[in-house]
Amino acid sequence: MRLHFVFQEIWIGLRRNLTMTISLVITVAIAMALFGTGMLLKKQVDSSKGYWYDKVEVSIYLCTKTSSEPKCSKKDATEDQIAELKDSLSKLPVVADVKFESKQEAFDRFQKLFSSSPGMSQATKVGDIPPSLRVKLKNPEKINDVISLGEASKGNGVDQVINERKLLEKLFKILNGLQWAALFIALIQVFASVLLVGNTVRLSAFNRRRETGIMRLVGASNMYIQLPFILEGAIAGLAGGIIAAVMLVGSKVLLIDRLEDSLGFASHLTWTQVAGVIIFSVAVGVLLCAGASFLTLRRYLKI
Amino acid sequence: MINFDNVTKVYPNQNRPALQHCNVAVEKGEFVFLVGPSGSGKSTFLRLILKEERPSQGHVYVAGKDLNKLTNWKVPHLRRRIGCVFQDFRLLPNKNVFENVAFALEVIGKPRRFISKVVPEVIDLVGLEGKGHRMPDELSGGEQQRVAIARAFVNRPMILLADEPTGNIDPATSIGIMKVLDRINRTGTTVVMATHDAAIVDAFRKRVVELEDGRVVRDQSRGVYGQAY
Repeated sequence: MRLHFVFQEIWIGLRRNLTMTISLVITVAIAMALFGTGMLLKKQVDSSKGYWYDKVEVSIYLCTKTSSEPKCSKKDATEDQIAELKDSLSKLPVVADVKFESKQEAFDRFQKLFSSSPGMSQATKVGDIPPSLRVKLKNPEKINDVISLGEASKGNGVDQVINERKLLEKLFKILNGLQWAALFIALIQVFASVLLVGNTVRLSAFNRRRETGIMRLVGASNMYIQLPFILEGAIAGLAGGIIAAVMLVGSKVLLIDRLEDSLGFASHLTWTQVAGVIIFSVAVGVLLCAGASFLTLRRYLKI
Repeated sequence: MINFDNVTKVYPNQNRPALQHCNVAVEKGEFVFLVGPSGSGKSTFLRLILKEERPSQGHVYVAGKDLNKLTNWKVPHLRRRIGCVFQDFRLLPNKNVFENVAFALEVIGKPRRFISKVVPEVIDLVGLEGKGHRMPDELSGGEQQRVAIARAFVNRPMILLADEPTGNIDPATSIGIMKVLDRINRTGTTVVMATHDAAIVDAFRKRVVELEDGRVVRDQSRGVYGQAY
């Protein structure tokens, strides 16, 4: 097998079909970038899901004079009520830990959280945020036991029960939606690129019909006749994959990292994971194009 | 070398067979003219030898091997041992004479050193000394056909098939082409040539196989084209 000859044929083929090749490269690049973004989002969601569900707490806000809950009757929760509630929460088998957060502590935490937006932090005073019991769970799946106990204690000093998990679920729903949207569009693009590969191969086979006719005649092996076409597809796929890799690095820096920053996620997506996704999507791009050209060759190239 | 054993070929969607009950044996080193009007089955005869088509009935043997039993992936190896020349030359217009001939060796993976040794020899053999760098469109029809013959012969095939090689060439030049084919035949290569050219068949006095409506109607050594023409 003379590699020089094969590569020369590929180069001629790609150059003759330049516009077709460019459109193929672009389509593959977009398909693989979306595919990769979808996978990155999935990894991000999966790992942060675990991370956050582990830390999930139920916050039971206690009555203050300013509470709007009628059962609080505009009174602060008494020490006894707090102690009793804390006690009964601790007795639940699913509860790992119950912590009391006083008005001052809540205020401090709020100040720290919003230190970057002075408008918010300056407008709040001590007492605006009610004291609360923060309940940590052993098993986040059995969160309902805690919620129903908290709800039942309304009128016994409880103002509001907030299930953090519900808030997180909303967020993950959005991220999940993004992920599926990316994968769905990627799928359409993959379909388009398979058709484009077919067209490119058809053009290529037509352009080189004299050469392939003579090759057949003088007894070139099928491999030798087909290889330039398949490699042509593979090279276009590789070019698309490399562009997709650049776009994926972009989407890690611009989309996912920003998402993490603005949502206060700890960074879970490492560059190793990104590299894995890139390698995977480049490989998929190359195999897709090579496979599609192999299949269409059977139709347009008589062996 | 080539043996047709009761071969019938019917193309799909056609009622009339292209060949019917053909029995022809060609020995090694023979020169055979295949004559007959258009549509008499000459091209089908040649295509069956190349396994471009498979017989509907009967067996074609080439070099003792039954082509019906030849697997598809071995077909290229069969074709490496058979050279082919056509009426329309089939040269690559963007390659010069040397490259056109070399192409046949490149695509079957011959090393470059071998190619640069063998190709000039064959170009000389067909009478194109010093024209290796010409492009096909700078050559006359006769010279282009010589290039095509050089390409068919460069791998030293045991059989050379020629489908009306003089069909596009004037009679004077045709004689030159025939001399090249004769020279190749004298190296021991079996030559089967399909032709309409009565003058050439009569002049060369080789074996003549005449086909009519897909039947062998005459098989004559040292024959002529036929009274009807």
